[in-house]
Amino acid sequence: MVRRRLEETIFKILMIISLTLVLTTLAAIVIVIVLKGYSALSLDMFIKTPKGGYYLGKEGGIANAIVGSLCLALGATILSTLLSLPIAFALQKEYTGKRLANLTRLSLDVLWGTPSIVYGAFGFVIMMYFGLRASMLGGIIALSFLMLPIMTRAMEEVIRMIPQELKETAYALGTTRIEVSLAVVLKQALPGIITGVMLAFGRGIGDAASILFTAGYTDYIPRSIFDPVASLPLAVFFQIGTPIPEVQQRAYASALILLIIVLLVSLITRLLNAKYSRHIVK
Amino acid sequence: MNWRRLKDWLATKSMRLALAFVNSVVLVIVIGLYIKGKPILSQKSLTHLLFSSVWRPLKGEFGFYPFIIGTLEVTALAMLLAVPICLLSAIYLSEYAHWRVREILRPVIDLLAGIPSVIYGLWGVIVVVPFVQYLAQIAGHTTSGYSLLAGGIVLAIMVFPVIISVTTEILLTVPVEAREAALALGATKWETVKHVVLRSAMRGVLAAIVLGFARAFGETIAVLMVVGNVARVPHSIFDAAYPLPALIANNYGEMMSIPLYDSALMLSALMLLVVVAVFNLGAHFTLSRIERRSR
Repeated sequence: MVRRRLEETIFKILMIISLTLVLTTLAAIVIVIVLKGYSALSLDMFIKTPKGGYYLGKEGGIANAIVGSLCLALGATILSTLLSLPIAFALQKEYTGKRLANLTRLSLDVLWGTPSIVYGAFGFVIMMYFGLRASMLGGIIALSFLMLPIMTRAMEEVIRMIPQELKETAYALGTTRIEVSLAVVLKQALPGIITGVMLAFGRGIGDAASILFTAGYTDYIPRSIFDPVASLPLAVFFQIGTPIPEVQQRAYASALILLIIVLLVSLITRLLNAKYSRHIVK
Repeated sequence: MNWRRLKDWLATKSMRLALAFVNSVVLVIVIGLYIKGKPILSQKSLTHLLFSSVWRPLKGEFGFYPFIIGTLEVTALAMLLAVPICLLSAIYLSEYAHWRVREILRPVIDLLAGIPSVIYGLWGVIVVVPFVQYLAQIAGHTTSGYSLLAGGIVLAIMVFPVIISVTTEILLTVPVEAREAALALGATKWETVKHVVLRSAMRGVLAAIVLGFARAFGETIAVLMVVGNVARVPHSIFDAAYPLPALIANNYGEMMSIPLYDSALMLSALMLLVVVAVFNLGAHFTLSRIERRSR
């Protein structure tokens, strides 16, 4: 009995140590980035683009990367929402047979796990094929591939949870499938759909590998979608790679801005979710 | 009425189109990368490419061996560090923690899964690299700190949220009655966990680990920032390594000017995709079976 109790105690202690370790490392990441970033943050970072000699430590900011990242992530979110919504709706059994639905889920699983560098490389192949150079459009397309499975899966999960009886009630009134989808399913699933969209936005805005080849990098705020565009993750990546301490400081500030955006998106998602959950018939 | 029919017909058709699109995307990516990778496969055999360790793109020598070993070692190291810690944490969350603590911590952990990888990488540069350098000094090695171990630690931390949240969910699907039966037989709580909960959740836990593995295997930026990127087979965990994703990311600029270089890089992207897809599919297959059974 003593031995059994001892084993229990030992493992319990190990568990607590593990969990503490996990939580402290994750907290340490946020704290280190916030502290380092905060001391490097200034108003110039937000409102100026890099001036001459910026990468040697002279004045300027990363307005180009902030605007660029928002454009990229917004564009990709819109594009992949347009694709994800019909896919998620089509996976209901009124529209699609079991086999095709399962095949699609399989495809989505593959896409979900595909490393973002592969999307970047593939996007680059496509762009070479069409003779395009690195541009905002290329970045948006590569990012929307990355977002598509994240979004669709989140949407489909809530759509699947809608009680069949609810839909049948509507069908019994003589409605068509699309009318039920828009009037019943969409309303019921709205919080989940919003969650999916926001989740994908947050994932997309932080991804670096997929836009490394496709979006390029520039010191200017882009004027059209065919211009190359800067982004926050790449701003962090490039600036930490230089040997000059002032520039590295700016990498910390860029990282903090990125972190704040991502956490803010996550928070807003939760708030919206709570707000729109009221309309749901349970 | 006709207008309503038409609307339904249109909607159905466009949904079919979207389904066809998403199903073909996987195929198109694989085929596209394969076509780009083909020129190098037609000149060298796959075994030669996989097991040669000579990497001299200028002379047309593309040996992937150091990169494959780099990828495998950095991922294995990450899993070695992450798996015990994650399992113990997940068991604590699902079995021992008060439900209120669990309901607070699970969203927090999910939140952390959303932190961009470049931030993990930056943190690695600030904290992990000096730490590894310090460790190496104690062990009597000289290193810049940018090493296999630094990559492994950063990756391990990145997969914490993935493995913990999936494992916790899986453990919670084990029916309470099974636990009660074991406890009624006089087992201690840990014995119940060990013999009943873990045993019946074994496949799911394995799937969670595989998901973490797949995530780590394809991770690019965070690893690239801390792992050192030297194209040699590492001899100790304090040596620099050069995983495949880092290879692709680092060389896209110059790959256009050297013959076969782009082909080699696209081939390595294809290898990454195939390996990750196989592991992911295995994990998802197992998880969806468990989900169906628990419903």
